[in-house]
Amino acid sequence: MNYNPDLATIRFGTGLGPHARPANSTAQMIARLTERDKQAQRFRIAGIKSQYSSFKKGQRLAKEQRQASPGAAQDRARDALRKHRQKLKEQQVEWFLAMLARSLSSEDGFRERLVRFWADHFTVVGKTGALRPMAATFSEDAIRPNIAGRFGDMLKDAVTHPLMLAYLDQFSSVGEDSPVARRQGKGLNENLAREVLELHTLGVGAGYSQTDVREFAKLLAGFTFSPTRGVVYQAKRATPGAETILGKSYGGDRPRIEDVYDALHDLALRPETARHIARKLAVHFVSDDPDPNLVGAITAAYQDSGGDLSACYSAMLEHPASWSPKLVKVKQPVDFIITSLRALGAEGKTIAKLPVRSALQGFARPMQMMGQTWERPAGPDGWPEEGGHWITPQGLAARIQWAMTAPQAFSSNLPDPRAFAQSALGTLLDDHTEFAAMAAETRWEGIGLVLSSPSFQRR
Amino acid sequence: MTHQSNLSRRRFLLKSGALGCSLAASPLLTPVSLAATPGDNRLVVILLRGAMDGLDVVRPVGDPEYGWLRPGLSGGANPLPLSNFFALHPALKDLHPLWAKGELGFAHAVSTPYRDKRSHFDGQDLLEAGIGPGGSIRDGWLNRLVQTLPNAGLRTAFAVGREDLLILHGDAPVSGWAPDTVLTLSPQSRLLLERMYGDAPMFSTSIRQAADLAETLDAGGPVEGYEDVLQATMQSMQSAGKGNGVEKIAAFTAQRLREETRIASFSITGWDTHNNQKNTLSRALTDLQRAILTLRDGLGPVWEKTAILAVTEFGRTARENGSGGTDHGTGGAMLMSGGALKGGKVFGQWPGLGDGDLYQGRDLMPTGDVRAYAAAALAGMFGSSRASLRSDIFPGLDTGNLPNIVL
Repeated sequence: MNYNPDLATIRFGTGLGPHARPANSTAQMIARLTERDKQAQRFRIAGIKSQYSSFKKGQRLAKEQRQASPGAAQDRARDALRKHRQKLKEQQVEWFLAMLARSLSSEDGFRERLVRFWADHFTVVGKTGALRPMAATFSEDAIRPNIAGRFGDMLKDAVTHPLMLAYLDQFSSVGEDSPVARRQGKGLNENLAREVLELHTLGVGAGYSQTDVREFAKLLAGFTFSPTRGVVYQAKRATPGAETILGKSYGGDRPRIEDVYDALHDLALRPETARHIARKLAVHFVSDDPDPNLVGAITAAYQDSGGDLSACYSAMLEHPASWSPKLVKVKQPVDFIITSLRALGAEGKTIAKLPVRSALQGFARPMQMMGQTWERPAGPDGWPEEGGHWITPQGLAARIQWAMTAPQAFSSNLPDPRAFAQSALGTLLDDHTEFAAMAAETRWEGIGLVLSSPSFQRR
Repeated sequence: MTHQSNLSRRRFLLKSGALGCSLAASPLLTPVSLAATPGDNRLVVILLRGAMDGLDVVRPVGDPEYGWLRPGLSGGANPLPLSNFFALHPALKDLHPLWAKGELGFAHAVSTPYRDKRSHFDGQDLLEAGIGPGGSIRDGWLNRLVQTLPNAGLRTAFAVGREDLLILHGDAPVSGWAPDTVLTLSPQSRLLLERMYGDAPMFSTSIRQAADLAETLDAGGPVEGYEDVLQATMQSMQSAGKGNGVEKIAAFTAQRLREETRIASFSITGWDTHNNQKNTLSRALTDLQRAILTLRDGLGPVWEKTAILAVTEFGRTARENGSGGTDHGTGGAMLMSGGALKGGKVFGQWPGLGDGDLYQGRDLMPTGDVRAYAAAALAGMFGSSRASLRSDIFPGLDTGNLPNIVL
């Protein structure tokens, strides 16, 4: 394996630029993951638990509005509720900026990339109500703390997070023949059970059946949510009796949350899960069509270590197929924007403080035009990996349009395009891009062309 | 069913290599062919992503089992009668007048050949690929249709929206654009981009199309100076933040169909109604209704020559689930509309909803293949031969007895 710090930063990190400090070895890349999470402390995004008081406030304000007598009192109540919701929307944008800022400031870009990878593997969307602007809390609670730990721990935290339970309808699933089902006439909902097997663990090609899905749905029933206490497991909502999933029986007469944890633990250790996760890592970081040996090496590391993620990352980083100098993966819009800003020398602390309007016009709206509406993927399978999905006429047009306008909008002092090409691509700079940078008629076009180049659009 | 990894791999090969090379060599790209069109009929395929509940959209109110299978869903607002057996979901009330005119129809108890795993994503791939089980996902059936059409050009088929559609992928060059997208380039920048993209087919194909579309669709085009570019960008982003997305896509599609385009496709999401289906399905149906009516209004006189097929990856469970919704199923319904449709009819063979009638004891039994209806539309509208339908467009489909769905 031939370690190249520029390639490491482009392929596995958040890109080159004047402030980038590439790791000097794959061992250092791995070691950085277990250091203190400096960026999370510097640019704060809240966990869900800290938001419960705001849920209660929202409920109270909504009630006050309903109960207020028509006239001035009702106007005041409506105004208070509107302001409360507006503040939450602004907070959502601030968290979006914090996410960008972390990637811009970090010397540990691999961690930020991994966080987005796992947040996408466990896609959640803030569907309705108070959880709508809260998707960012999911990464904070379930992904970041487990980033270099065991897959099984991440799986447990992800599947039992309120955002996931709400997104895949688990809160409304009630065990058949449970006291709550009998009293309220409710029953099972299969959504989460199916997606945990299909997307989060075994993968769709694995040999699970509709009966496994159904049994797992029975086992998962029991979760409910209250704005005061968060996620609560209630035996009275769970399915009485044991359930058999992939030939193994879980639980007994008295349902316990530990039965759910046991099943998740076992799913995490299945060989199908190892292979599914290994392939997803290789596809995301290396190639849409990865070398089977690379997938095999990560799978083996996963199985040998019982799903230790650092071991998987090491296997990936130490495999020669990960260091092919040919850049083949198309950056997703979010990564395109982050790496562009980083190449331009934008600092996290500046980006984090941008007003909401600039964040929307400068980043969120352009990402939407490029096909990636932040925090709103179309389904629980997350964002597509295939380059062809993103480089369509309309998608490429949106990227070029942003590349030509945003740099100058954010900085009045654009660098020389040739120097910029050098600092953005380092040893990966190719003749075509260098020529375009040199031949452009103006600075802004030169910068725009470098950012639009296949070398910069890929990693 | 094909393994997921194989799906991804094949789609990758298709997109990165085959498409670019064939396009670069294709004589169809010459401007001369742009004006020619394969006939005067129009086909729109709307992909309903998330699995539409056919049993709730076209309700078998005449089936004695229906009411108790769906205690919470069958009641409520009055459904609109279609026949003495079927009734229409009330959220489609503005489409109901089309039924009497023969411009609205359905096929019920239909499915693709996809079975048992009930995965949205594999189900959608098979729906768009138009192939049988175990076949390899290589390209989409609308693209294979275009390959069989004489006089097809780059604008003959159009993918609309920000999403990449497998149904239109393949060796025939097709167009893709989204409302509000602009591209403004100085002539020098355009030349440099094309040069820089020279050996990256995915990029070179897209930039040529994008630059050309930006000019012909009045979505930017050549400019000089940063201020012009910035202004165009700001306008496009402001416009993207306004209006109803589905309506804009349908209006844009109608415009294309009034020009050279004969085949268009886009998707509508929101059909995965596991929970509180009364509300969630109504929202999705409102979008679908808006899309169809916007198409009709935008198409004007061309509506008479248009057929719309709205298809989904599979149906949903016959029984309501425990949370006022339905889970992933098998047989479902497809919606058809347009002036070229022989509508006013629910096509298909009703399997019944009794315990022994259901597929695996839980889903509506599929008695018809979605592809047979699509094939019938292609035969009627584009003159596709039976041989071409069963060997090229829908490999392995039984074309012996295609339903008579278009005028």
